[in-house]
Amino acid sequence: MKMMGVINLDNEQDFLNELTYFRCGAAVPFGGRYRLIDFGISNMANAGFADIAVFTRKKYRSLMDHLGKGKSWDLDTKYGGLFILPPDWNDPTDISKGDLQHFHNNIDFFHRGKAEYVLISGSQHVCGINYQEVFEHHQSSDADITLIYKKVDMLEPEHKQCQKLSVTEEGRVVEVTNEEYNNNVYMNMYLVSKKLLLQLVEYGIAHGASHLFNDCIASEVDNLNIQAFKYTGVHCVINSVESYYKNNLHLLNPNFYRDLFFNEQTINTKVKNEPPARYLESANVSNSLVGNGCIIEGTVENSILFRGVKVHKNAIVKNSIIMQRCEIGEGAILENVILDKDVTLTEGKRLIGNEQMPFVIPKRRVI
Amino acid sequence: MKSKKECVAMLLAGGEGKRLQLLTKKLAKPAVYFGGKYRIIDFPLSNCTNSGIDTVGVLTQYQPLILNSYIGIGSAWSLDRKYGGVSVLPPFQAQEGGNWYKGTADAIYQNINFIEQYDPQYVLILSGDHIYKMNYAKMLQYHQEKAADVTISVIEVPWEEASRFGILNTNEDLSIHTFDEKPENPQNNLASMGIYIFNWDLLKTYLSEDAANLRSSHDFGKNVLPKILDDGKRLYAYKFQGYWKDVGTVESLWKANMDLLEDEPQFNLNDMNWRMYSVNPNQPPQYISQKATVNRALINEGCYVDGNVDHSILFFGVHVGEGSSIRDSVIMPNVKIGKNVTINKAIIGENSFIEDGAVIEPEPSQESEITLIGENSHISANSNVAVKS
Repeated sequence: MKMMGVINLDNEQDFLNELTYFRCGAAVPFGGRYRLIDFGISNMANAGFADIAVFTRKKYRSLMDHLGKGKSWDLDTKYGGLFILPPDWNDPTDISKGDLQHFHNNIDFFHRGKAEYVLISGSQHVCGINYQEVFEHHQSSDADITLIYKKVDMLEPEHKQCQKLSVTEEGRVVEVTNEEYNNNVYMNMYLVSKKLLLQLVEYGIAHGASHLFNDCIASEVDNLNIQAFKYTGVHCVINSVESYYKNNLHLLNPNFYRDLFFNEQTINTKVKNEPPARYLESANVSNSLVGNGCIIEGTVENSILFRGVKVHKNAIVKNSIIMQRCEIGEGAILENVILDKDVTLTEGKRLIGNEQMPFVIPKRRVI
Repeated sequence: MKSKKECVAMLLAGGEGKRLQLLTKKLAKPAVYFGGKYRIIDFPLSNCTNSGIDTVGVLTQYQPLILNSYIGIGSAWSLDRKYGGVSVLPPFQAQEGGNWYKGTADAIYQNINFIEQYDPQYVLILSGDHIYKMNYAKMLQYHQEKAADVTISVIEVPWEEASRFGILNTNEDLSIHTFDEKPENPQNNLASMGIYIFNWDLLKTYLSEDAANLRSSHDFGKNVLPKILDDGKRLYAYKFQGYWKDVGTVESLWKANMDLLEDEPQFNLNDMNWRMYSVNPNQPPQYISQKATVNRALINEGCYVDGNVDHSILFFGVHVGEGSSIRDSVIMPNVKIGKNVTINKAIIGENSFIEDGAVIEPEPSQESEITLIGENSHISANSNVAVKS
């Protein structure tokens, strides 16, 4: 129990348009049965974190429903475990701003946890990372803070919005930048000792800061020993509808799928009680991910079907992401579309989006 | 003061299931896999939960390791209750010694103390051998309406098959007048399903009597029920309608699995009003590749299909390599199938490894036979397996 975790959603924008009308980005379904936050929680739980807090500010109903008491990650322990912390500010002397409000008002979480180090992450970087390795690196480099980054082979549009790291040959971070052409994508994850974290929080509040990382850490590269940990495993960033669509469909690449789901980092999610997927005589499925509880009579190509989707006879689903419990009527045609949960497409309807700009249908629509 | 439980269920799960051969080598019959995701015991346990029965004793004896860990504290079926819930009841030692369960009635007799804790009015006896959905609350209501001492659930079987079953001969009001165990000339076609509701006070008396009888084989069907009937008690048959399959043999297990693959299966696993619960392994969604074809199939999470699957069931974590063809078969969890493998009409036990080019199918002369491959088997490349089951 060396480390405790914080998934800090406070600074994340609702970037996914229709998909984040009613839920925060972290709760957006991904990869046929997961939600984005599953990756962060699973990586922490796999590394044996006994205390994990989720800082959330708004649209957290579906997030709370999904995480529950953390049973799916074995976090439903008597002491510690998973804490979902929505805003609850009752300190009359509180002058904190931004995400520092969360740190200030939930200081008890840090004091009660037995771990001496805190790993803080967001939810937009999908990966299977071993935080024990990060911890060892942090120790051996005698770092004050360790930032985690991925050196990407090719900069994709979604990397534009990410912060980048300038790193010396020895691995020390000399600058956190927003420059476009830098391949060292900061994964929005860092490790820091609890003691230093609380000092930084106090300092930030006293100086009117409103963003812990930007105002109290990134700005202090000269004063603190900030080291970089280079993560080399599978990785993608979900911070726009385009990147969401592209990286979901990227799971159809068997190598990416295997590396993400069949490596030593098991990704867990809330289990549903669905029966196995049922393929009927007329089913024609290729290059697709299918969740349990689906009933398929039609054609499904290059698509991702979440749990409990029904595809009726002669329906065609191509290059699409179909979320939980959608129903595609007989003869309906879908191409380059994202259907949010519980959408019903009636008989013979056609919806064709653009490859770069998929058509997004919000929850519970009947078309 | 805890409120008493109206009805406690006792599930007989100690049977060996010899006729399932290799499948029950290290496994009690109720723990045998079924339907791509389930174990047989999921069905009676889910029925209990859905019927509002929250106190279930599971009597185990034969090879209980996997069954015990599978049941756990019953959370998969919402049976992890503060008061009641599921309790696994193996045979035990007491001051005056101890015994294996000598028969179905003896197993209940030895656990009288368990039942007494809940001071129930009724006891429901179930077995872990059948695939069916049943609302036990309706049966209990019937039992009360008839003011019965014992109610036995029955199903109408085709007359020509009646001689294979334990037949109940009934009067017009469905009260039972005689039992016929596998009659040569059946007078009725109502077969016992091995599901009984007893008034607990009455059952307790008869169990004690039966236990004292050294000549009894301590079986409900053979000893206890006939004795109760002889004594002129009120026994009623409760007619069950719907899908009910005994999966006691390799053939019937295979057949019941295949029943799920019809376009409109009689046993509907997708029925949201009567969910079947099971322990859910956490696995990624199944991947069906570009080259794969999948028709008339049930496929579970964690499967990776690169070949052709027709009229078959794949449990979780099964990999099917390129060019392989699976037909009329049941593939149990985590089986890895290489490339260009042919599997026809077979049941492949869990964690088996089938190497490239292997052929598993019945000899033409034995087309009706099902090939059974035991768990953890290793079938080497290009070998031809036509084991008779």
